[in-house]
Amino acid sequence: MKKLQVTACIDGSAISSSVCDTAAWASAILDAPLAFLHVLEKTLSPSREDLSGAIGLGSREHLLDELTLLDEKRNKMAIEHGKHLLDDAIQRATSAGAVEAIGEQRHDRLLDALLACEDKTRLYVIGRLGEDHDPSKQVIGSHIENVVRAIHTPIMMATGTFTTPSNYMLAYDGSETSDKAIDRIASSPLLAKLSGHVVMVGKENQENRTRLEAACKTLTDKEHQVEAHLVQGEVNASLMDFQQRFNIELKVMGAYGHSRIRDFIVGSNTTKMLATSTVPVLILR
Amino acid sequence: MLETIKQNWFFNTRGDLLAGLVVALALIPEAIAFSIIAGVDPKVGLYASFCIAVVTAVVGGRPGMISAATGAMALLMVTLVKQHGLEYLLAATLLTGVFQIAAGFLQLGSLMRFVSRSVVTGFVNALAILIFMAQLPELTNVTWHVYAMTAAGLGIIYLFPLLPTVGKIIPSPLVCIISMTIVAILLNLDIRTVGDMGQLPDTLPVFLWPDVPLNLTTLQIILPYSIGLAVVGLLESMMTATIVDDLTDTKSDKNRECKGQGIANIGAGLLGGMAGCAMIGQSIINVKSGGRGRLSSFSAGVFLLILIVFLGDWLKQIPMAALVAVMIMVSIGTFSWDSLRNLKKHPLSSNIVMIATVAVVVATHNLAIGVFVGVLLAALFFANKIGRFMVVKDEKIEDGHRHYKVVGQVFFASADHFMESFDFKEVVDRVTIDLHQAHFWDITSVAALDKIVIKFRREGADVNIVGMNEATRTVVDRFGVHDKPEEVEKMMAGH
Repeated sequence: MKKLQVTACIDGSAISSSVCDTAAWASAILDAPLAFLHVLEKTLSPSREDLSGAIGLGSREHLLDELTLLDEKRNKMAIEHGKHLLDDAIQRATSAGAVEAIGEQRHDRLLDALLACEDKTRLYVIGRLGEDHDPSKQVIGSHIENVVRAIHTPIMMATGTFTTPSNYMLAYDGSETSDKAIDRIASSPLLAKLSGHVVMVGKENQENRTRLEAACKTLTDKEHQVEAHLVQGEVNASLMDFQQRFNIELKVMGAYGHSRIRDFIVGSNTTKMLATSTVPVLILR
Repeated sequence: MLETIKQNWFFNTRGDLLAGLVVALALIPEAIAFSIIAGVDPKVGLYASFCIAVVTAVVGGRPGMISAATGAMALLMVTLVKQHGLEYLLAATLLTGVFQIAAGFLQLGSLMRFVSRSVVTGFVNALAILIFMAQLPELTNVTWHVYAMTAAGLGIIYLFPLLPTVGKIIPSPLVCIISMTIVAILLNLDIRTVGDMGQLPDTLPVFLWPDVPLNLTTLQIILPYSIGLAVVGLLESMMTATIVDDLTDTKSDKNRECKGQGIANIGAGLLGGMAGCAMIGQSIINVKSGGRGRLSSFSAGVFLLILIVFLGDWLKQIPMAALVAVMIMVSIGTFSWDSLRNLKKHPLSSNIVMIATVAVVVATHNLAIGVFVGVLLAALFFANKIGRFMVVKDEKIEDGHRHYKVVGQVFFASADHFMESFDFKEVVDRVTIDLHQAHFWDITSVAALDKIVIKFRREGADVNIVGMNEATRTVVDRFGVHDKPEEVEKMMAGH
């Protein structure tokens, strides 16, 4: 069977180099080929407009020619730009130790392009913010939520600049999603060499303690090094606090356990955590 | 969820709003003109345009397409309005909507694949001719002032955009209408104005159930009209959707559009408006003006309503000549001029289909009949063409044993030729017919083969048929091979 790849999305924004480094690191540990994906999304906004409102002889034919010409120019440039980006990324990743880096361009929507290669991908790497956003803001890009909701392969969200992580923190809440996340981590070599912290935010009681211990045992059985922590407080704040206290360099979490409707009303923990994170986040679904 | 709404509605806000305004300004004269064609008050067309534009923006399947009261639909209503009045038109509009929603659920949008390019071109050209012809009553038995104003109006429409800067910012049809209205008022000309044509809206539309008896007689009256309206509306909408698809290089959801048109028409009927559909000319204007998203059609409808409610008194003053000029522009812009140039390049059969479609529509004033004739002709021409891809080779004769080999497509159109290809006068003891490379498409071809066998037997020859199984695999209706390329290849092997 062909080896599953690490797929990394780059778009030329400031975060692309971090995506590239993160992907190279993951590719080296997983011993998986690395594919850089540059998606040329269709720009729907027209680049010029003619408000004269008059249509005359052959208007339709002319309009089609005109619009085709504009798109052609725009796309030729975008393809050229993308090729440079891919070349740079491949070079950078190869020198960082990635296994067989290749580049691919597609005309598609980002999400559809990602779904199209899901069956040959074991890990996606994607930046927190695309090129349209101001990187200093604490928001997530327009794609992240849709991508995370639609894709069931693990996703690594890259942020800021990449430093090789030496430890990670796993947010555990005792739910089925997070149990699955534990199983996934346990069976993957990605985090095996890192020292792990399994963090549960909840009341200090026997039930929570038992579940947490059980989760840690799953990991230690597979020779992962983990410590269990049960902390109290508001979920997001406690996790942030923990992250700072232990100088955490990588976060692992399950994502979007609730429906869109519920998140729309009460807000989503996942979105909050992704938006405020300063370190890479590994999202497991 | 907010993100999705933003992506669908507000990715091109400025462009959509500007285009919506341009379209709204162009919709007013059109809606008035089409109401006059249908023989109803201008407010019927204006309310319909508002409702249809707004509703299709929300529930339609083709963002950036403009739907409103149209000429194609107006032409079908003329006799209904004349004989039974407005209330029956509203009832027919509701029923039209129901049929269109049903068409959407039955996925009839995909039937559009049987409408060939020539038929589409014929439809578009016929529509342009009909819109133009509908303007003629305004241009007959009138004073020279009307001709002068129409000519001046057309001059403004086509020359104003050539001016630097302002020409590309202010819609020239608007300039035409405003300046012609000012001229008419200043010179105090005694010519027909919009106010003479019937009642204009002075309030927002209100929900009203059509005032018709709910019985079988009513149904009998409106049913034929509703079917015609539903068919023509969907045809024009699907064709316009394809045009917008091409222009914007994006895909549309045709079945959703069918349902959207239906819902919009039901809404129009309840608000006292006439049935409508997508408009080719307006959609081109919208795309040209930078409109791409749902917001463009939505804002066009809303601007339209604001304009008519607040400018009602001014609308009355617009001389019909200015409206005629705008409608002539729409007619010219809708006509496919390439199709005239391509007459020389395209095969005769395509030209006949196109011209026949135009001729039938112009004669009947019913686009549905024209399209039906066009599709039928195109299918016949196609059958005729494919029927020629059949040959019977008389290969060899040895010891009174004749071998025939059939290659190609045998079906109703080629069955006669198939039978005539055998030489029954030749005296032979045995005949072998090899069908390995033939395809029998229907029972006509199988019957023809039976006849051939009988004829040979009567002449005293033994007939042996080989490869029958391979040849008749195509007779079965449900192939189930569309999605399996290797199966298709196996079946069509030898070609």
